[in-house]
Amino acid sequence: MREPTIFELSSNGRTGVIFPEADVPLAELPEKMLRRDLPLPEISEIDVVRHFTHLSHLNYSIDENIYPLGSCTMKYNPRINEETARMPGFIFSHPMQAIETVQGNLVLMYQLQEWLKAISGFHAITLQPAAGAHGEFTGVLIIRAYHRDRNDLKRTKILIPDSAHGTNPASSSMIGMEVLTVPSDARGNVDLAALKKSCDETTAGLMLTNPNTLGLFDENIQQVIDIVHQAGGLVYGDGANLNALMGIIRPADMGIDLMHFNLHKTFSTPHGGGGPGSGPVGVSEALVDFLPEPVVGVIEEAEEDLPPLYGFIKPAKTIGRMKSFQGHFGVLVRAFTYIMMHGAAGLRNASEMAVLNANYLLARLRNTYKVPYDRICMHEFVAEGRWPDAEGIHALDIAKRLIDYNLHPPTNYFPLIVPEALMIEPTETESKQSLDAFVDIMIKIAGEAHSSPELLKNAPHHAPVKRLDEVKAARDLTLCCGRTE
Amino acid sequence: MFTPHTETEVAEMLQVIGLSRLEDLFKLVPESCRYPKLDLPQGLTEMETRLELQFLSESNETAHDQACFLGAGAYNHYSPAAVDAIIRRGEFLTAYTPYQPEISQGTLQAIFEYQSLIALLTGMEVCNASHYDGATAIAEAAVMAYHTFRGKRSKIVISPALHPQYRETIKTYLQGYAGLSIVGDESDVDLHQHPSEMKSLIDDDTSLVIVQYPDFFGRVFELKEIIEATHAVGALIAVSVNPLSLGLLSPPGEMGADIVTGEGQSLGLPLSFGGPYLGIFATKKEYIHKVAGRLVGETVDKDGKRAYVLTLTAREQHIRRERATSNICTNQGLMALASTVYLSLLGRSGLKQVASLSYHKAHFAFDRISRISGYEVWSTAPFFNEFVIKCPKPVEDINFHLMDHGIIGGYDLGKTYPALEGHMLLACTEMTTRQEIDGLVNILTEVTHA
Repeated sequence: MREPTIFELSSNGRTGVIFPEADVPLAELPEKMLRRDLPLPEISEIDVVRHFTHLSHLNYSIDENIYPLGSCTMKYNPRINEETARMPGFIFSHPMQAIETVQGNLVLMYQLQEWLKAISGFHAITLQPAAGAHGEFTGVLIIRAYHRDRNDLKRTKILIPDSAHGTNPASSSMIGMEVLTVPSDARGNVDLAALKKSCDETTAGLMLTNPNTLGLFDENIQQVIDIVHQAGGLVYGDGANLNALMGIIRPADMGIDLMHFNLHKTFSTPHGGGGPGSGPVGVSEALVDFLPEPVVGVIEEAEEDLPPLYGFIKPAKTIGRMKSFQGHFGVLVRAFTYIMMHGAAGLRNASEMAVLNANYLLARLRNTYKVPYDRICMHEFVAEGRWPDAEGIHALDIAKRLIDYNLHPPTNYFPLIVPEALMIEPTETESKQSLDAFVDIMIKIAGEAHSSPELLKNAPHHAPVKRLDEVKAARDLTLCCGRTE
Repeated sequence: MFTPHTETEVAEMLQVIGLSRLEDLFKLVPESCRYPKLDLPQGLTEMETRLELQFLSESNETAHDQACFLGAGAYNHYSPAAVDAIIRRGEFLTAYTPYQPEISQGTLQAIFEYQSLIALLTGMEVCNASHYDGATAIAEAAVMAYHTFRGKRSKIVISPALHPQYRETIKTYLQGYAGLSIVGDESDVDLHQHPSEMKSLIDDDTSLVIVQYPDFFGRVFELKEIIEATHAVGALIAVSVNPLSLGLLSPPGEMGADIVTGEGQSLGLPLSFGGPYLGIFATKKEYIHKVAGRLVGETVDKDGKRAYVLTLTAREQHIRRERATSNICTNQGLMALASTVYLSLLGRSGLKQVASLSYHKAHFAFDRISRISGYEVWSTAPFFNEFVIKCPKPVEDINFHLMDHGIIGGYDLGKTYPALEGHMLLACTEMTTRQEIDGLVNILTEVTHA
C-alpha cells in the first residue's frame, strides 16, 4: 500500500491542535496585508502521528541494522545524546540572551572547543559552521584571508586530490578560487611528482583528506605537507575521516594547518535523514585571528569566589559570520555528551575498533571482490562491484540486491577513481556477528551475480518500492503537491 | 559500551586479518606523533554524564521558567508534543541522506511534503529540501542571483531592516566575488524608510534586491512597489520571511517575489540557543535549475507505483564538483521534518490562530508600554509580533533589572544600529500571557523611577 500524502489525508474542519483563546483584547488587523486563504491540510493528531509513523516504516536506519556507507561514519547514535540535548535549560535558551544568564551553555561550548583542540592538536576552534561543507567553506575563507593579510594576493589556486569529496572543489570555487586536481599514484597516495609540479607561488593551499577516500593513510603524508608548505601554501584537512585517528594521531601534529570536524560523523550525533550536522573548524596558531565570529572565550577571569565569566569574542581579523547565532548548539550538546562519556581511552578505542572492523571486512571480502588498492586500510576501504566473468553486473546492482537482504548498501560510485566503487565503512559500533552477517550476504550476492544475474538486475524485490524512474522525476519535475488555488 | 567486541573476538579478527596486535594496523602513522596523550577528562558512565549535563543545563536562566520578550530572529513558540515524538523515531533520526530511494521513502516523502507545505505557505511554486538557517538561505539567494546573471550584474541591494546577522552572513559568503558591491544598508541610511524608497539604488547593474518581511523591526510593509521597480530593471527580488507570520499575512509569492527565504525555527523548533534551525528557500519554477541544495521529486517505480527520489542532482557538488555554485551537502533534514509535522498538526486553522495570537499579544504589549511615561513609540507602521520602543534608560540596564524579576527583556538595538541607541526590540508569541505583559509593564514603569 502506498502512503497517501498529507494533503490527501485532509478533511475540512479538522485540526491536530488547538490553542487557548486570546487573554488580551483583540487589536485591529491590517486588512490589506492579510492573506485570503491558507489551504494547509486539516488532520487530527492521531492521523498525523500515524501518517509519519507509516512513513518512518519505509526508512532504513542505523537502529535497524548495519549502515556501511563509506565516508559517512554511520555509527550508533547513543540515546543519552537525545536526552541531554533536550534538557530544559538548553532547549529553552534564546540565542540572544545576556551571557550572564546562559553560562551553562557557554561553559559547554568553551569546554567542547578545548576538547576538540585536545583531540586534534589545533590552537583554536570555531563551533559555528553548520555542517562539513560549511566548515570547508569557512576553512577556504580563512586560507584566503591569511594570504591577503600578508598582501600575497596571487595565491588563488587550491589543489585537490582526485579522490576528494565533491564538496572540496565546490567549497573552493564558491570563494572564487581556481581548483587544480592532483592525481593519485598507483598505491592510492597523492602523486608527489604531480603535486610538486602543481605547487608554485599561486598556491593558496591543498585540501587533503587523510586517511583519503580510499580509506588509506597516505604513505608520504609528511612529504605531501612539506611540499605544500615549502611553496607557501596551507594544508587544509578534511576531517570527514577523523574517526580513524582519535588518539592515534592529532592532525595538527602532522602539520595540517586547519581542519573541519564532522560532529555528525565522528562524534555520534544523528544524521537525521540529511542533517542537521555540525562542522567546527580547528586552526593553527597563525590562523587564530581569522576565525569566524563569534568564538567562545573567557571575558572575565575567575576571582576568589567567582568562576570565570564566559562570553563571545570577535577574532581580530575575522572572516565574518558564517550563519546566524552561534552554531548548531543542540548538536554540540550531543557531541559534548559523547566525548564526556568516552574520555581519551574511549575515543582511542573507538578509532581502533573502527579500523579493526574495516580491516576485518577487507580480509574477509578481498577474495570475492577486487580491492584495487589492497593494503592495510583505516576505517574504510573501496572494493570494485564488478567481475570480468559476470558481464553487465554493476556496483548499483549489488547495492540494490543488498537491500533485499535488509542491509544498507555501501556508498557506490565514489571515489571516482575506482570503477564501480563500493566504499565500505562499518564503524566501530558493529559487533563481529553483524560484520559476519554482512560478509556472508556480500559473498552470497557475488555468487548470485554469476549464477542468476537477473536477481541483481531487478533488485530490490523486497523493498517498499522497486527501482525508480529517475528520468521521469527530472523530466516531469513534480516537486510539490496539494496546491488547490 | 558502544564498541561490542570481547577480547577474544578482537584476537580472532586480528588473526583473520593476519596481524598479531592492534598496533600493527597503524604502522603507517608517523611514529614520532603516534598515540598522543589526549588531554581529556576520564570517560564517565551514562548516569554520571547525565548529571554533569543537568548541572550545566540548570545553571541557565531561560524561557523555560521566565517570561521571554526576546525575539530578533528566534521565537519562543509552542511546539506540540507529537512533533518531537516523530523526529525522535530512530527510523528518521538515524537514517542518512536518502541516496538509496528504495529504503528511504519515509524521508523522501516527508521532504516532498515539506516542499509542498512551504511552497503553499510562501506562495511560491517550488521549494528546496532546506538550508542551514535563515541567514545562509538568503546568502545562497544572493549567490544564485549572481550566477543567474553570470556575474555580469555587480550590485546587490540590501535593506537595512534585514536581520544584521543575515547581512553579515551575506557579506561573508560573497567576499570572494571580485567587483561585487553590496549597497543599501550603510549606517547612515534612514531606518524609517519604506522599502519602496530603495528604488533609487536599483539599476540595470543590480542582480538582486533583498528585503525582510516582517522586517527586523517587526514592521510589515507592502512590497508591491519595490517588487515592480526591481522587475522593471530585470533584477530579482528575494524576501526573507518569518514563515509563521504567513499564517496571517499575505505571502510574498502573491506579491511577485522571485525568491522567498526564511528562518523556519518559528515552525515548531526549539530555541536551543540558536540552532539547529531551518533555512527555507522557495522560488519560481523558472529558476529551479539555479537553486542550490537538494530537491525531491515525485516519480514511479518499475511497477508504476508512486514514489519519491532526489532529483536534478546534476546541479550538486558531488556531481558538478568545482562547477557547482553551492557546496551544500548535509542540510537540515530532521528540522524540515519537524516543521512538516508542525504544519500538518496545526493545519489551516491552527497556523492562523498562532499567528493571530502572537499578533494580538504583541499589540496589547505595545499599547501598554507606549503609554508608560518615558517610553516612546519608534514607528507607527503596521507590525506583526515584534516592535521597537525607545527607552528612557540604557537597554542593558533595563534588561538587568528585568532579569532580577524573572523576565528576559528585548533585544538591545544599539548593539547593531548606532542610531538606535536606547531602543529595545520586543517580541510576543502565543506563549506570552497577559500576566507576563502586566509584569513587564510594571517593571518598565518602576525602572523609570529607579
